Amino acid sequence: MKPMRLATLRTLGVAVLATAMAAPALAQQQPAQQNAATMDAIKSRGTLSCGVNTGLAGFAQPDSQGRWTGFDVDYCRAVAVALFNDASKVRYVPLTAQNRFTALQSGEIDMMARNTTMTLSRDTSLGLDFPAINFYDGQGFMVKASLGLKSAKELNGATICVQPGTTTEQNLTDWARSNSIQFTPVVIERVEEVVGAYTSGRCDAYTTDVSGLAATRSAQPNPGEHQILPEVISKEPLGPAVRHGDQRWADLVRWTHNALLAAEELGITSKNVEQVAASDSRPEAQRLLGKTGGLGEMLGVDNAWAVRVIKAVGNYGEMFDRHLKPLGIQRGPNALWTQGGLQYAPPFR
Amino acid sequence: MSDTAADPRLLRAPPKRGIRLSWADERLRAIVWQVLVLGVVGGIVWWLVRNTQHNLEVRRIATGWDFLSREAGLPIAEYVIPYTPASTYARALLVGVLNTLKVAVVGIILATIIGTLLGIARLSKNWLLSRIAGAYIELIRDVPLLLQLLFWYTLLQALPSPRQALHPVEGVFLSNRGLRLPWIEWQDAHSFALLGLVLGAVITFFYARSARAKQMADGQPRKIWPAALGLIIGLPVLIWLGFGAPFTGDIPALRGFNFAGGMAVTPEYFALLLGLVTYTAAFIAEIVRAGIQAVAKGQWEAAEALGLPRGLIMRKIVLPQALRVIVPPMTSQYLNLTKNSSLAVAIGYQDIVSIANTTLNQTGQAIEGITIIMVVYLTISLSISLFMNWYNARIALVER
Amino acid sequence: MAEITAEATTPRDVPESPAEPRRPPMLAVGPVAWMRANLFSSWISTAVTLALAYLIIRWAIGFVDWAFVNAIWSVPVTEQGAQTQACRALDHAGACWAVITEKHRFILFGTYPYEEHWRPALCILLFIGLYIVSAMRRFWRPALGLIWLGTLVVIGGLMWGGVLGLPYVPQERWGGLVITLILSTFGIALAFPLSILVALGRRSRMPAIKMLCVVYVELIRGVPLISLLFMASVMFPLFLPEGVNFDKLLRAQVAIILFAAAYLAEVVRGGLQALPKGQYEAAEALGLSFWQKTGFIILPQALRLVIPPLVNTFIGMFKDTSLVLIIGIFDLLTAGKTAIIEPAWQGFGVEVYITVALIYFVFCFAMSRYSQSLEAELNRHRVR
Repeated sequence: MKPMRLATLRTLGVAVLATAMAAPALAQQQPAQQNAATMDAIKSRGTLSCGVNTGLAGFAQPDSQGRWTGFDVDYCRAVAVALFNDASKVRYVPLTAQNRFTALQSGEIDMMARNTTMTLSRDTSLGLDFPAINFYDGQGFMVKASLGLKSAKELNGATICVQPGTTTEQNLTDWARSNSIQFTPVVIERVEEVVGAYTSGRCDAYTTDVSGLAATRSAQPNPGEHQILPEVISKEPLGPAVRHGDQRWADLVRWTHNALLAAEELGITSKNVEQVAASDSRPEAQRLLGKTGGLGEMLGVDNAWAVRVIKAVGNYGEMFDRHLKPLGIQRGPNALWTQGGLQYAPPFR
Repeated sequence: MSDTAADPRLLRAPPKRGIRLSWADERLRAIVWQVLVLGVVGGIVWWLVRNTQHNLEVRRIATGWDFLSREAGLPIAEYVIPYTPASTYARALLVGVLNTLKVAVVGIILATIIGTLLGIARLSKNWLLSRIAGAYIELIRDVPLLLQLLFWYTLLQALPSPRQALHPVEGVFLSNRGLRLPWIEWQDAHSFALLGLVLGAVITFFYARSARAKQMADGQPRKIWPAALGLIIGLPVLIWLGFGAPFTGDIPALRGFNFAGGMAVTPEYFALLLGLVTYTAAFIAEIVRAGIQAVAKGQWEAAEALGLPRGLIMRKIVLPQALRVIVPPMTSQYLNLTKNSSLAVAIGYQDIVSIANTTLNQTGQAIEGITIIMVVYLTISLSISLFMNWYNARIALVER
Repeated sequence: MAEITAEATTPRDVPESPAEPRRPPMLAVGPVAWMRANLFSSWISTAVTLALAYLIIRWAIGFVDWAFVNAIWSVPVTEQGAQTQACRALDHAGACWAVITEKHRFILFGTYPYEEHWRPALCILLFIGLYIVSAMRRFWRPALGLIWLGTLVVIGGLMWGGVLGLPYVPQERWGGLVITLILSTFGIALAFPLSILVALGRRSRMPAIKMLCVVYVELIRGVPLISLLFMASVMFPLFLPEGVNFDKLLRAQVAIILFAAAYLAEVVRGGLQALPKGQYEAAEALGLSFWQKTGFIILPQALRLVIPPLVNTFIGMFKDTSLVLIIGIFDLLTAGKTAIIEPAWQGFGVEVYITVALIYFVFCFAMSRYSQSLEAELNRHRVR
């Protein structure tokens, strides 16, 4: 190598050193968000980052114009309305089963509404919090009606389609072992692929949450050709999740869900909410809609938050009817407690 | 210092001059540069590791390899070694590695055969055949493999259900559950016969080599095939007869939901194999074509002048010479095929990526999961490279 | 060597050799003679020709029936969504192109705001323009780098918005073909300088630097792209300090850049090795410093040599970006698959796959043809 000009070398050396030292500095410029309240971070950013499914009919899917719609998506919108009075201030981050927890842990998203089952280990060792259960589900089986099965116990020797990396997969093996059933799995990650495998007859049965089965069934050209077996082999409480450790933020998500339930219970809909707010004299409705009690301020938003949320997305029942009913999903355990279901909002007071 | 001492070029520098503390000194500059670069890279790595440790701690993510001995609980459809969901993660991962090897090895063999045929077809004097081969190669190479895999898988699912399975020959069933072939009930005798076959092949190989050496010495051609036939076919048959010639057919039959018995090829495996083979064969065809074209035209003409038939010219004169051009790029195609087999995850064939992926998802141990995937592929890639380099050196030696 | 470099080193179709210098007698030319020579030269050849012709004609008739004669091009869309009964009634006897009619904008632009679709559309045109400009030899000069920089900045501005009155669109909403183009083009553009450094490092006489570069290149090329994408998707967030996080698309982009750089480095190294040694020695004899020698003498010549394999690497990259499907980024293929999740459209995968494949094919085929002609041209130059 021939002598290099001193100046060139020095410049280069300085540049390399500067870059090396600047890299960590640049990256650390943003103060650690976890210490500051999530809600303040979201407010200063101006948008809510919400993790959703990459595509699950009824819960989260982009329509032909690329707008995200679905039951879970409405939860993102509801929280955004509570914060900003603008349902469009949401950044939807589509997540696979693999990267959903990392995305939440790392702060890439603020909340996750991605039909995620609440379990003890997820609540504790994954550093998550499940503020609410917005959908009570359970795992079931769907088979072709032509097989003439009466019970899932008759599935011995069958080929069963299942998505990997979910609680579904583990429930299936647990159930098969305890009932000494032999089965051949077909394990496919993407939902459209696994449904395709079932409908084409690659599998005898398809197992996932009953809501998913109902949605798949109703989407078939002839829903009558498929039957959902009566056994429900697991509990799948699905709900929005947030990072562990920021209670104020978890509170807002929790009470947004509760407000949607309370609204249904009180008969408040997106159509009549303003009228009710103006005229209804029931104390609970008054408190929910922020006429009295100052409940919104306790949550860190203004008192009329519930009015805005209900006006934007409707009450729980409306959301259900809009996204899930067309898919043939019944209210079942998700009916209000007054109608024999499990959905129950604690008092607004 | 020790770094630079290893460089023979620097050792050859003027012998008795110490390093001067000046930019003009080449060795000093080299040292400074290397220390600088290593320092920067080391610093970045250290910073990343520190962050990772901190994050793992804060997020209470488990680390370590304890999970390997825990019960996996994940269902696997295809396995070469015994496996149940009650087996450990370590075993599940091993099943994944074997599944990857299963598709890679079969894929490499088939892709080589089909690719070579295609490459020759591309050079065919028949205009239609050569054009079709050309169109096939161009079409396959310009569409992403992932898309092709999804397409094949969708297509395979359109086959009839087991009850209406296609049934071309007695005992063979083709349905959307895959292909079922008749097989024999495996017994010890068969294993020994297989061993005999391998032994026969090895002995034949050495016999042929010595025969060729003798031919080189005295110019007399020797017949190898009678001995080869006896060794490769006779020996295993003798062993099998010696064990009392056990033979029980294992014919697939429709039982319950699906076929039972026989040998099964699942649609997932089949689609992956089909996709990998058709894709890689298109690349191999071009390599083979270029290799054959690289053989000087005079070689053809000389051989034709000797009156050799076309097939013999190809086999004995052109291909051995073309191989030298073909082998290095072929190695990379083999590596590609192996790495591309990781796309199995998209169509539900449970290779190492699919199983490690599920493992990391269930245990939350992303670092360990991805490390496993990388180590496995690095090992396989390295083994293929080493083998092909050895083979390359071998065929290069033939040139005198 | 692997994946893309292998494609790079694989010679594409070389045009047939020039016609024979002496023309045969008139009776031996013309279509009949041509057919006899090229299709029916022997009985085997005749059999092959007939068999292939039969298969092709049968297949073509079936395909035309399916794709055109029996196809349905649009279905009514009502309040309840698309009414696809007509398509279902076909029962795969014909294609249901209505799914493309209805979803083409989603497949091309993903979840980008509907009213702003002209922006990604313009970006796609800009990308194509950029490719065409780069393909013209008259622009092969350092200014090309500036053109690239300028265009990529304009594309960034268009996609993000927030300037000149364009509303801001966050990356999560980008999707479709433009993502495929962004990932591959930015991937190559940013990997290129890195790859030159790595290639130079690999040929360096400093053992530590050489070792570092060798380890980097071999490590990346020894593992599949999927594992790098997984790493970017689930491991990368762990590497950064708390509270710092990059967008998923950016992480995938970083993985693709690192991946492409390793392959490009081998391509560039090929070019460096192909240069005659005299060039190096002459430059050193002139007393040029290392960077002067590299920047003014070696690289301009070496890079010219590697343009055809570079284009082939780009084709490989372009196809490989489809792997982001596995980590849930909405590129062309993912958008196509997501379009058929909606219950009304489930089961029309083949139509969507064919459309998406066609888009990939058009891009790759154009580039591969270009690379072939370029290779032939450069070879001719070398022969002269």
